[in-house]
Amino acid sequence: MSKFRKDGKKDLPAISTASLPDIVFMLLFFFMVATTMREVDLNVDIMVPAAKEITKLEKKDLVSNIYVGVPMRKFTKTYGTEPRIQLNDQFATVEDIQAFIASERESRKEELRNKLTTSLKVDQYTKMGIITDIKQELRKASSLKLNYSTRETAE
Amino acid sequence: MARKTPEINSSSMADIAFLLLIFFLVTTTMDVDTGIYKKLPPIPEKDQQNDDVKVKQRNVFSILVNRNNELLVNGEVLSISQLRDKTKEFFLNPTNSENLPEKAMKNVPFFGDVMVSKGLISLQNDRGTKYETYIRVQDELAAASRELKDDKSMQKWGKKYAELDVDQQAAVRKYIPVQISEAEPRNTGGK
Repeated sequence: MSKFRKDGKKDLPAISTASLPDIVFMLLFFFMVATTMREVDLNVDIMVPAAKEITKLEKKDLVSNIYVGVPMRKFTKTYGTEPRIQLNDQFATVEDIQAFIASERESRKEELRNKLTTSLKVDQYTKMGIITDIKQELRKASSLKLNYSTRETAE
Repeated sequence: MARKTPEINSSSMADIAFLLLIFFLVTTTMDVDTGIYKKLPPIPEKDQQNDDVKVKQRNVFSILVNRNNELLVNGEVLSISQLRDKTKEFFLNPTNSENLPEKAMKNVPFFGDVMVSKGLISLQNDRGTKYETYIRVQDELAAASRELKDDKSMQKWGKKYAELDVDQQAAVRKYIPVQISEAEPRNTGGK
C-alpha cells in the first residue's frame, strides 16, 4: 500500500493567466514613465566626444539642443560634407541661432526663461571654428548657460 | 426581474496591454544627457571695452591649442595627459616659485586666513582645432580643479568635495578659484 497514489487520469490544472494583465500593465506604466520621446530627427551624424568630468543635465524641458555634425548620407548632395548646424528639424546657419534661442525662450513660461540651458551636441571631429561662431552667437543672444554634450569615457 | 449582467470577457486585456507595452518599449530612449557644463562670459559693453584688467604674466596659465591639436602651455609643448599635473602645480605653487602665480591673504569661511592663488587659466584655440581635443582639454582642467578641491575638503572634513554641503562647497570654491577665460580665437588655420 503506497501513500503516494499515482492518479494518471487527473489533468494538470491550467495556469491561471488572470494576473497576466496586471504584470503587463506594471511594465507598461514603467516604460510610460521612463520614456522620453525623441523630439527631432537627426539630419547629421553625431558622435559626441568622451569625457570624465561630466555632470547630468537636469530638467530636460529647460534644455534646447543645437546639433552640429556632418550631414547624413542622403543629404550630402544638397548640403555637402562639411559640418552643418541643425536646429529643430532643419539645417541652419550660424545667423539663425539668435532667432532660434528667441523662439525657444518664447515657448517657455516667463519665470523659467532665464534658466534655459543650451546643449551643444557636436560631433567629435568637428573643427572649433564653427563652435566658436555658435558660442559668439549665444553670447549675443545672452544665453550663457552652455553644456557640451559628452558621453562617459569607457574605462 | 433583474437580469444577471454577463461578465465582460477580459481575456483580450492582456493583448491590448502588450501592444501598448511594445509600443513604449520601441519608442523609449533612456539615455541621460550628460556633459560638461560651462558658463559663457557676457559680451562686454562697448564703453568698457578697453577696461581690461591687466594680469601679471606669472599669474596666467596660458594654454594654446593649434590646428594640429598640439598644446603649448606657458611656452612649453605638452601632451594632454601632462596637463592635469601642470595645472595642479600651477595653482598650488608649493615652493612659492617666482614663475608660478602669486598668492594673496584672504579670509575664507571655515578655513580662516589662507593664502589664495591669484592664478588664472587662459585657453586659446585655433579655428582648426578638433572639437574632441578641446573637450579633452576642458575635461583635464575640470579634473585638475576637482582634484584640488577634493584635496582641500579631504584635509578639512575628510570628505570629498561633492559630498560637502552648499556652504562648505562655496568656501572650498573660494579657497581654490579656478577661472578659465577663453580668448577670442585666431583665424590662422582656416575652417
